Amino acid sequence: MKKDYSFWSLFAKGLRHNEGWDPAWRSATPKPSYNVVIVGAGGHGLATAYYLAKDHGIRDIAVIEKGYLGGGNTARNTTIVRSNYLWDEAALLYEHALKLWEGLTEDLNFNVMFSQRGVFNLGHTLQDMRDIERRVNANNLNGIDALVLDAIEVKRRIPILNTSKSARYPVLGASFQPRGGIARHDAVAWGFARAASKYGVDIIENCEVTGMDIADGRISGLETTRGTIRSERVGCVASGHSSVLAKMAGIRMPIESHPLQAFVSESMKPVLDTVVMSNAVHGYASQSDKGELVIGAGIDHATSYTQRGSPHIIEHTAAAIIELFPIFSRVRMNRQWGGIVDTTPDACPIISKTKVKGLYFNCGWGTGGFKATPGSGNVFAHTIAKDEPHPLNKAFSLDRFSTGHLIDEHGAAGVAH
Amino acid sequence: MTDFRIRHPNARVDFRRPLSFSFDGQVYPGYAGDTLASALLGNGVRMLGRSFKYGRPRGIVGAGPEEPNALVQIEAGPLTIPNLKATQVELYEGLIARRTSGWPTLAFDLKSFCGPLSRFMPAGFYYKTFQNQKLWPYFETIIRQAAGYGSAPEEADPETYDHRHRHVQVVIVGGGACGLFAALDLGRSGLNVVLLDEQNEMGGWLLSSPHTSIGGESAEAWLRAILAELQSLPNVAVLTRTSAFALHDMNLLLAVEQLQDHRPLAERSESKPRQRLHRIRADRIILATGAIERPLVFGNNDLPGVLTASALTTYLNRYGVAVGKRVVLQTSNDHVYQGACDLARMGCSVVLADTRSRPNTVWEQRAHSAGVDVRPGYGIAAAHGGRTTHAARLAKLDGEQNTVLAPGPLIECDVVGSSGGLSPTVHLYCHDGGRPLWDESRLAFVAPEMGRAEAGIFCTGAVTGTFGLQAGLEQAQRVTDAVLASLQKSATRKARNLETDEPDSIPARRIFRVPDGKPEGHGKKAFVDFQNDVTAADIHLAVRENYRSIEHIKRYTALGFGTDQGKLSNVNGFAIAADAMGKSIPEVGTTTYRPAYSPVTFGTLAGAHEGDTFEPRRYTAMHAAHVKRDAVFENVGQWLRPQYFLRPGEDRDAAVRRECLAARRTVGIMDASTLGKIDIQGKDVREFLNRIYANAWTQLAPGKCRYGLMLDENGMVMDDGVTACISDRHFLMTTTTGGAARVLTWLENWHQTEWPDLDVYMTSVTDHWATAAVVGPKSREVLAKVCSDIDFAPSAFKFMDWREGTVADVPARVFRISFSGELAFEINVDASYGPHVWEALLEAGAEFGIMPYGTDAMHVLRAEKGFIIVGQDTDGSMTPFDLDMAWAVAMKKPFSFIGKRSLARSDTSAPNRKQLVGLLTEDPTVVLAEGAQIIEQSDLEPPVPMLGHVTSSYFSPELNRSIAMAVVRDGIQRRSEEGRKLGRDAVFAYADGKTHKVKVVSPVFVDPEGARQNA
Amino acid sequence: MFVLFCPHCREKREEEEFGYGGEAFRVRPVAPETADDETWGDYLFMRKNPKGWHWELWTHTTGCRKFFVVKRNTATNAIAGSWTLAEGRNVYDAEGGAG
Repeated sequence: MKKDYSFWSLFAKGLRHNEGWDPAWRSATPKPSYNVVIVGAGGHGLATAYYLAKDHGIRDIAVIEKGYLGGGNTARNTTIVRSNYLWDEAALLYEHALKLWEGLTEDLNFNVMFSQRGVFNLGHTLQDMRDIERRVNANNLNGIDALVLDAIEVKRRIPILNTSKSARYPVLGASFQPRGGIARHDAVAWGFARAASKYGVDIIENCEVTGMDIADGRISGLETTRGTIRSERVGCVASGHSSVLAKMAGIRMPIESHPLQAFVSESMKPVLDTVVMSNAVHGYASQSDKGELVIGAGIDHATSYTQRGSPHIIEHTAAAIIELFPIFSRVRMNRQWGGIVDTTPDACPIISKTKVKGLYFNCGWGTGGFKATPGSGNVFAHTIAKDEPHPLNKAFSLDRFSTGHLIDEHGAAGVAH
Repeated sequence: MTDFRIRHPNARVDFRRPLSFSFDGQVYPGYAGDTLASALLGNGVRMLGRSFKYGRPRGIVGAGPEEPNALVQIEAGPLTIPNLKATQVELYEGLIARRTSGWPTLAFDLKSFCGPLSRFMPAGFYYKTFQNQKLWPYFETIIRQAAGYGSAPEEADPETYDHRHRHVQVVIVGGGACGLFAALDLGRSGLNVVLLDEQNEMGGWLLSSPHTSIGGESAEAWLRAILAELQSLPNVAVLTRTSAFALHDMNLLLAVEQLQDHRPLAERSESKPRQRLHRIRADRIILATGAIERPLVFGNNDLPGVLTASALTTYLNRYGVAVGKRVVLQTSNDHVYQGACDLARMGCSVVLADTRSRPNTVWEQRAHSAGVDVRPGYGIAAAHGGRTTHAARLAKLDGEQNTVLAPGPLIECDVVGSSGGLSPTVHLYCHDGGRPLWDESRLAFVAPEMGRAEAGIFCTGAVTGTFGLQAGLEQAQRVTDAVLASLQKSATRKARNLETDEPDSIPARRIFRVPDGKPEGHGKKAFVDFQNDVTAADIHLAVRENYRSIEHIKRYTALGFGTDQGKLSNVNGFAIAADAMGKSIPEVGTTTYRPAYSPVTFGTLAGAHEGDTFEPRRYTAMHAAHVKRDAVFENVGQWLRPQYFLRPGEDRDAAVRRECLAARRTVGIMDASTLGKIDIQGKDVREFLNRIYANAWTQLAPGKCRYGLMLDENGMVMDDGVTACISDRHFLMTTTTGGAARVLTWLENWHQTEWPDLDVYMTSVTDHWATAAVVGPKSREVLAKVCSDIDFAPSAFKFMDWREGTVADVPARVFRISFSGELAFEINVDASYGPHVWEALLEAGAEFGIMPYGTDAMHVLRAEKGFIIVGQDTDGSMTPFDLDMAWAVAMKKPFSFIGKRSLARSDTSAPNRKQLVGLLTEDPTVVLAEGAQIIEQSDLEPPVPMLGHVTSSYFSPELNRSIAMAVVRDGIQRRSEEGRKLGRDAVFAYADGKTHKVKVVSPVFVDPEGARQNA
Repeated sequence: MFVLFCPHCREKREEEEFGYGGEAFRVRPVAPETADDETWGDYLFMRKNPKGWHWELWTHTTGCRKFFVVKRNTATNAIAGSWTLAEGRNVYDAEGGAG
């Protein structure tokens, strides 16, 4: 692919008042039919189209989107990237994604600002520390970088962290993944859109699916607000709205859609150069390149599609952040928002064929989808192209909910003691 | 230093109360009633910062929350506050402010070298470059250093915050003319009303326009009368310095009240919070949030000394500051005329370029008579200057198209004001799902007058696009009537004279970007968003690159992402984007309005939930006794449990060893009060327990206890504990400490939603009972000393029996159960007797050397017996069979108990699952890490297949060697005789880079026959 | 943050007093042993999760500790009403178990 974004192009175009820039991607009008249609132009959907085109040679693809591309959870997350998951299935999938992240900027010729500043997962109880030890050892054996740090070492690396023993839940230690970090979320969608578009993929915004044409257990097309689009292969990547699409196909999903909130502070001088996550006090934070603290809140208990959560969740999160970083008490929240996350019973995604031939689903990423974006698209493209799962997503099939083969990532956090 | 003050009597500053303050180390005078911005402008300070991307000099633009540039750091040390807007900082004696941009100095800023290179740094340039992942961290460090405004404090916050919950009939947001008027009528009707405003005094725009007349009265007198009456109404709360920042579902309005920041440091109250969050749940909400004037976009419009026209008016009338003496104004509308007249009357020379070729004739006449030089049909093509403004280049505009007909004169000046019209403050209206409507006649996104009346949300005044005062007041009356009617009340008001001296207004010109005769991007930079250095050309570039959704434009250019939340920039940005795409503004739409309207301190959001009161601590009844004995505590959920008791000269290992040996050799005592206790009664309790637990309860006789295993419906172990039969229709269930609340809800859920026909009642009694476990061979003797009405003979009081009796003169339930494998009794007494009984037991045990022990010793003792801890040895993926606990599962019970069916699924019933086992290291001194992974071979080339992990691991003082529990794939077979023969019991444990050879064995290390607990 | 009406206490209270109980009126197979894995898995894990009206369980955690049902629109957060389980069941059935 021609690398037309560079210092030189900036210089050359700058001399001509930046009038020579081409559209980053082509907005298409729907053709009557496609080889593959991807529903949902978020990061995962666009990545799927990109890898279908790049790795599987399928170019006759439409990515249709009911709103604007990258406007769902891609635009609303706290941008954390890591692969330090407990179970083999999850760890290997996220590690696959992390490896792709490491080459993504160059691959897409679009700087996604993947900043490997490390991710800390703090432990506040003895059980937290057991879980951390278990997860880090598992990561090491899976070839994933991870280490266990004690409270003194955590304090040395994050001097502003409150490691006082008199804290309500003192920091006892942490796991640390040096290769983890953050990325510029919007850029991921735009970068994939641009790269997919260059392969000839049609990106069609403001096109909402209203029905599916299914007969004899096969899909043959979609009804949309921009007309009928025929295709015998349809991949749905619609995060919070997956249940709505599944219902059109007569498929039940083990998904509940909940608001997940986040907020940013005002822009400040650098004060936090890594990512800090704490399950026990329910908060996580990093500082963007622009200087805003980016803070993730807890998930709302009740389901909702409104992208609005309850303020008491934000209040608890602010309290948690102050507990972790007392110096942030006088810092101000600038903006808060919510996304709709599609949660599954085992906190793991579904990347699966369905009982409808030609219809595939990629959903259920819950709170963890952003970090998986390239890996998710990559294995989903394989699943669609070959009509069989990639070895890395075999375990993430829908039928695990009847066989009982759950990959219980939140179970790993300890259910009682 | 030049004085820019005009000390007129209508100003809201007190010229008799001078103050001094400093900015960037320089001391300046100001007055009580000033903001930091008005005081700085009064001293002629123009440049306050440098811009985000290009390092361009920047000064004050607005006079309120819309200010994009003048971000300052207030005070130092623990009280410092980053990023306050100088326009919102009330001046006090001794205030210290610093710039937040400009490095190394404000005058010499390194980023300003980017200015000349700016054409190579258009919107999104960083997406197009720095593409080497290895070099990116270096680029990123530089970018990060260059970004950001103020700095976070370096110390914890010494001030406090609190929350107040209010439930009112009506809350009115905005104390301008309309809000006050509505508050008055609603207050008179006896409604419970809260009126709030973010400023230090009520009045809104009237404070900037004191000689406006309402019904023949001056605005000032009108205001005074209304405020006096509101103060006299006990049912009306008037909150100043209170900013409503979010509107949530079901009319929950969040507002933050400033209580301290405006006071000199020495006068701040230590007993009062710094800020208070008001959570106001209101039946009706009236948004009278007004409007904010947006500037026009033109060349060099970001120079210090270029302000909004309304800000110039406010500084003059409210603060007695003429920002400049030679003023050039430009406008698209009528709103600037009053200010222009005021400036001229106060002695400024004023040129007013009205982009309309035919201005409002009434205003034009008034302006002429005030001495304003009105130039119809002109706009400002560009401002000239550097660190301040020197001149404005006018351009003659086409009457229809927004194009230049002819160049205009260069007018020397020291300040420029511009008005592109008013943007209604619709933010709150939109937070919970309201959509603003584009009103082409007013060139504004407006909230409808009846808001969302069905939800109880109403709007009045400028927020609805009603920009005239008289029209606004009339509308406020209408809205008030509607609110009253919706609450089944009617207004009790006399006819009032609402006439004002405003002329009828004429339409504004539809102009946002003032043309300079050049294609976009070729002329002087024209800024849309000052804080993020977004220019009109950037928006055109975004559109050219197909970032055409307004959200894409916003995200690509960073338009509206600053701490001003786009209050000045959004509409201009949308309009410029619309023009670039050849669309109408409604077709382009708006971005979503998100809280907070103005930034809110984290501390305020947290309220009292910080530090020691971050989350409650739960103490057992015996807590003080443990503190007295030097217990080290462990957090278990919200509980604090003694982890071990330190004696002089001991470390943790020595203490745990001593405690374990006491329990095994003589007697120990543990506080077990934190275990969850649920009292269950009713005639169907047995059936209920049969359904809830995996094991059977039909046969359990009164006086007996049984260990129960609770599964979730997925078949996985979720809790365990001993349940005692008190009588046929009365049972006492114990749960894990952490699971108590969840289990109670679980039981209630099944009972109420699935089996309401079962006659059972349940309640938590965890806090009602204090529990002391007396453990060890001497425990019987200890008990016998303090209890005479229970027969402790082994034949009379068997293992898993319980008895009612009197212990240390207190009624007690004594359970002969054991979590250590020793002879043991758990004594339950009314919690208030807990400390008494605890001390009595210690005293009785003294002769045997009784020792209190904590959770560490408890863990060792139970692991020596292979007893699980749910949550430590299980993780939500373990079935009873995985735990080798088939004995606790009654598969033949008639009702299909919770979780049973799941056990039969293909995967759940498959062989080769991970199963609970014991592990012994080859080297008995090695204590494995809890969380070590089990692997078949010692080869560590990833990926290494993992068989399971170590769940519990200790040094056993009893065995004088290490022991561990683990879950291991096919573990039960591995530890069987057959497994040993095949050598499958030999595996490795990996942790932290090291492997240890281990043998898979039974998890019961001590007294496998149970002789001790049955003794 | 919602305000919910507890049909047992007969009072409107803030959401923080309540616990969310998920989809209401899920049917546990009467004879689980005879249900196949798919049927059982459907009961265990599959949810309607509609965008629109949703019948859901809530429990008055810090109040009467009773479960009740709420009909809420997940697209707007509008609430149509709260009922005791028995009353709610009637309304739900009268609507044909819609949602």
